[in-house]
Amino acid sequence: MTATETPRLAWRTATVRAVIEETPRVRSLVLDVPGWPGHRAGQHVDVRLTSDDGYQAQRSYSIASPPETPDIVLTVERLTDGEVSSYLAGDVRPGDTFELRGPIGGYFVWTAALGGPLFLIGGGSGVVPLMAMLRHRAASASRVPATLLYSSRSEADIIYRAELDRLAGQGDGFRLLHTLTRERPPGWGGLARRIDRAMLSEAGVPPSDNPRIFICGPTPFVETAATQLREIGHAPHLIKTERFGPSGR
Amino acid sequence: MTTPPISRGFRGRGRGADTAARVPPGQHLVSDFPVLSAGPTPPVSLRDWQLGLDDGDSPAGAWTWEQFNALPQTDLTVDIHCVTTWSKLDTTWRGVTIDALLAAAGLAEPPGPFALIHCEGGYTTNVPSEDLVDGKAMIATHFDDEPLDPEHGGPARLLVPHLYFWKSAKWVQRIQFLDSEVPGFWEENGYHIYGDPWREQRYDGD
Repeated sequence: MTATETPRLAWRTATVRAVIEETPRVRSLVLDVPGWPGHRAGQHVDVRLTSDDGYQAQRSYSIASPPETPDIVLTVERLTDGEVSSYLAGDVRPGDTFELRGPIGGYFVWTAALGGPLFLIGGGSGVVPLMAMLRHRAASASRVPATLLYSSRSEADIIYRAELDRLAGQGDGFRLLHTLTRERPPGWGGLARRIDRAMLSEAGVPPSDNPRIFICGPTPFVETAATQLREIGHAPHLIKTERFGPSGR
Repeated sequence: MTTPPISRGFRGRGRGADTAARVPPGQHLVSDFPVLSAGPTPPVSLRDWQLGLDDGDSPAGAWTWEQFNALPQTDLTVDIHCVTTWSKLDTTWRGVTIDALLAAAGLAEPPGPFALIHCEGGYTTNVPSEDLVDGKAMIATHFDDEPLDPEHGGPARLLVPHLYFWKSAKWVQRIQFLDSEVPGFWEENGYHIYGDPWREQRYDGD
């Protein structure tokens, strides 16, 4: 049926080389994937687990690593009752293997050549594909102005905190805004509420700059942010979203 | 076919034997209804709402919200399958079948072998015309006896339950029948041109 012959995306064996504990509920898996064809920041993969009795389960995960590094890094949040996430962010240890295929998705994607400015809005583990974009921006020495507005429940839930701080400290046009929605440490200097219209207006990326906007997070978070950005005057076609529901992952 | 590597220590939930036959390969059951869209949920006013049916570039039928709701209504209980691997069984919908729409436009059959579905916000998806007729597809306005929520495609979305759910385009505005197949939005972005969940046609080349 396809007009052009495209080879099927092959399942490849991924071997876990390292496990990084990001937060109490989130870990990153550094994977060796022989034959990986390369990807663009924002794309995802399908992961397939096989138990010793042949049962299989399959889910999609965003890629956290930029195209410039040879490893594939997935960052996975352990969901309550998550059949696959409780394994990937729980039982897995270096040397374990599972299947993976990708890259998938040609829409929620940013390459430095697309330019900016970039306005990234992440909720919880929705920061993962946005991190791939920021890592790609840094690795390609792009000076495209970029802002990340990142909403976490508490300070302990902030993923990639040290790396984000380091990137924001380089003075190359990347601005980092944290907001904490549930618990704030004493002396917290950042924002301290759910993302709202005022916050989106005051983030320093006005509609007149025509920013490329990428929003990723839980469905209600993305719905709210996308609707309010449109109401503020951002063009709908510049707003790209990736939602995940409780069972979406 | 090579044997997949065993993921040490992975048990999984397994599947209930009673529903296993209804779950396509690589899918898992959910009880909620996850939302997936590429962009913001558009505000759609019922006063301005219109559904069009085109034969190529020529209009063949058009309905306001009131006119559309006066067409014969059909209830459908179906299983739905999203390419992101969730499936949901026994979902109930109400709307107007494409058969009823064609009849209302005075057409005995689709005026072309392929359809391109156009939606609010510029989203498109392609479906062969034969997959839209004989009760296989509808323009749905109700889910679970309630008007369709905007985030789920309200006021009206296409429902083609036997294909992956991205084909069931939200916020539908126009069905354009064509002589040749034109890939839609996700189909241009790496997803399968047809999207049969039972053949696991998720991505281009599957």
